[in-house]
Amino acid sequence: MASAEGTGGLVMAITGPMLATIAKLVSGASLRWIDCQPDTCQRVYFANHTSHLDALVLWSCLPKEIRIRTRAVAARDYWEKGPIRRHMARSFNVLLIDRKEIKVHRSPVQMMLQEIGERDSLIVFPEGSRNTKEELGEFKSGLYYLGKKRPDLELVPVYMENLNRVLPRGEVLPVPLLSCITIGPPIWLEAGEPKNDFLNRAREAVQRLRDR
Amino acid sequence: MARAVLLAQSSNGPHHVHTQTYWLLGVVLGLLVVAYVAGRLLKRYPDHSLNPALIERFNHRIRVWWLMCAILVAAFLMGRVPTIILFGCLSFWSLREFITMTPTRRGDHRALFWIFFVFTPAQYALVALGRGAYESLFGVPHRDFYSLYSVAIPVYALLFIPMRTAMAGDPRRFLERSAKIQAGLFICVYYLSYAPALLNLELTTSAGALWGDPGSHVQNAGLLFYFILIVQLGDMFQQVWSRLTGRRVIAPRINASRTWEGLLGGVTSTTLVGALLWWATPFQFWQAGCMAMVVAVAGFGGGMVMSAIKRDRGVEDYGTLVQGHPGILDRIDSLCFAAPLFYHLTRYFFSQVY
Repeated sequence: MASAEGTGGLVMAITGPMLATIAKLVSGASLRWIDCQPDTCQRVYFANHTSHLDALVLWSCLPKEIRIRTRAVAARDYWEKGPIRRHMARSFNVLLIDRKEIKVHRSPVQMMLQEIGERDSLIVFPEGSRNTKEELGEFKSGLYYLGKKRPDLELVPVYMENLNRVLPRGEVLPVPLLSCITIGPPIWLEAGEPKNDFLNRAREAVQRLRDR
Repeated sequence: MARAVLLAQSSNGPHHVHTQTYWLLGVVLGLLVVAYVAGRLLKRYPDHSLNPALIERFNHRIRVWWLMCAILVAAFLMGRVPTIILFGCLSFWSLREFITMTPTRRGDHRALFWIFFVFTPAQYALVALGRGAYESLFGVPHRDFYSLYSVAIPVYALLFIPMRTAMAGDPRRFLERSAKIQAGLFICVYYLSYAPALLNLELTTSAGALWGDPGSHVQNAGLLFYFILIVQLGDMFQQVWSRLTGRRVIAPRINASRTWEGLLGGVTSTTLVGALLWWATPFQFWQAGCMAMVVAVAGFGGGMVMSAIKRDRGVEDYGTLVQGHPGILDRIDSLCFAAPLFYHLTRYFFSQVY
C-alpha cells in the first residue's frame, strides 16, 4: 500500500480527478445527503453492492475534500487483474483486500484500521460480493468488528441505485444511465449489542434509504 | 450579438433575408432579457398576490429559453456541424433519461450499448455529413444522406434491437422490452434529428425561387430558430390559456393541466404569432400561419404522449431519479414530435428536392 507515495502519488494527482470526472459522467449520479452532512471526520461508508462500478462511483461523487481522505475497500483478485484495472485502483487509491487468502495474523479489519490511521475514511460493501437480487444480501461481520475496535468511527449507510443497470454483473462496457446515491444518518455500535442484531440494524439502515 | 449583426451586414449586403434572420434573433434576445429581469425582480421583491411556485416555474422556463437561445446562437456563429453535434448531445442526454425511467432487464444491456454508442452517433453523423460529403462520394450535387438517415433507425435499428436482445437469451416480456427501447430511440434520437436536418435543405419560396444565399447556412439556422421559437411559444401559450380559461381537462389521468381551452387558445395564438413572423422565413404570411399551427398541434401531441409514459411509470418528471427536478426530456418533448412534421413540410414545399 505504498502507492500513495512516490510515483503512485503523482499518478493519483493526475488520473485520480480525471477518473472521478469520467465516473460521474458515465454513471450520471446524483448525490443526496439525508439527515447527514458532508464531513471530513473519520467515517465508514457502507453501501449495497451491485456493480464493479460501485466503489469507483461512490468515491468519485464525494466532495473533493472528503474524497482525498476516503479509501474504498475492494477485492484484490478483481482490481489487480490486468494493467488498466491495476492503474485505476491505484488512481483512486483503493485499499485492496485478499478475499481468497485471509492470513490469521493479519485480518482484513486490522489491515483496514491500520491503513486509515487517525485520518482517513473507508468505503465498504458488507454484502461481500455483488448482489443480483432485488433484496439486500446478508451483511458480513467486518462492519461489526470495525465498529467494535474503533467506536469513534461514524458508520454511514449508503444506498446506490441503478448502478447494476449501468454495468451489470458479467459485462465489460457500461451503458450511461442515470444513477442515484443516497447517504443517510450515521449509526454506531451500541454497548453490548450482539453481532447479528447490529448487522441487521445496519442492513435495515441501507434498506430504508431505498424508499427515501 | 453585435458581432453577429455586423458580420451579417458586411458579408451579405443585398440579401435582406439574412438581416431579417438576425432581427428575429435580436427581438427574441431582447424579450428574454426583459423576461429575465422581470423574473429576478419578482423573486427578490415578492408580490404577495402571486404564487411563489409560479414565479419559480417562470424563472425556470426563462432559463430553458436561454439554453435554447445559446444553442441557436452557436448555430449562427459556429456553423452547421457544431449545431448538429449539440443536437446530438441533447438526444443522447434525453435518451439516457428515457431509458433510466424504463424498466429494462439484464439481457437488454448489449442492445442498450448499441443504441447509445452506435445508432445515436451514426444518425447524427449521417445528418452532419450533409450535401458536400454526398457530392464528393457519389458525384451528385444538391443531395444529403436523407435517403439513409430517414431509414437508418426505422428500418435497421428496429431490425437490430430485437435481434440483439434475443441473442442475450432472456425471453421474459421480450416484445415489450424491445418496443420500449425502440420507442426511446425514436422519440429521443430519430425525431429530434430532423430539427438540425433543416440545416441541410436548399430553401426556396413556395414559388420555387431560391431563398437566401445557397452557399450559406445562416438562413437555415434562422428557420431552425423560427421552428424552436414556435414550439416553445406553443407550449407557453397553451399553459397560459389553460391557466386563464381552462375548464375542460382533456385527459385527467394523463395530464391534469392540459385543457381543451388551453389547446384551442394556444394553437390559435401560436398560429397568429407564427404568421406575424413570416418575414423571417421562406413562407408567406398564411403559409407561416399554417406551419405554426401544425407545429403547435404536434407539440401538444408530444407533450401528451410523454405525459402518458410518465404516468404509466408513476413519475412526475424525467431526469434525475430524485423527483421534482425536470430533466431535458421534459423540456424537449414537444420539439421531438414537431420536428419531423416541420422538416417534411419544409422539404416538400419550400426546398429544392432533386
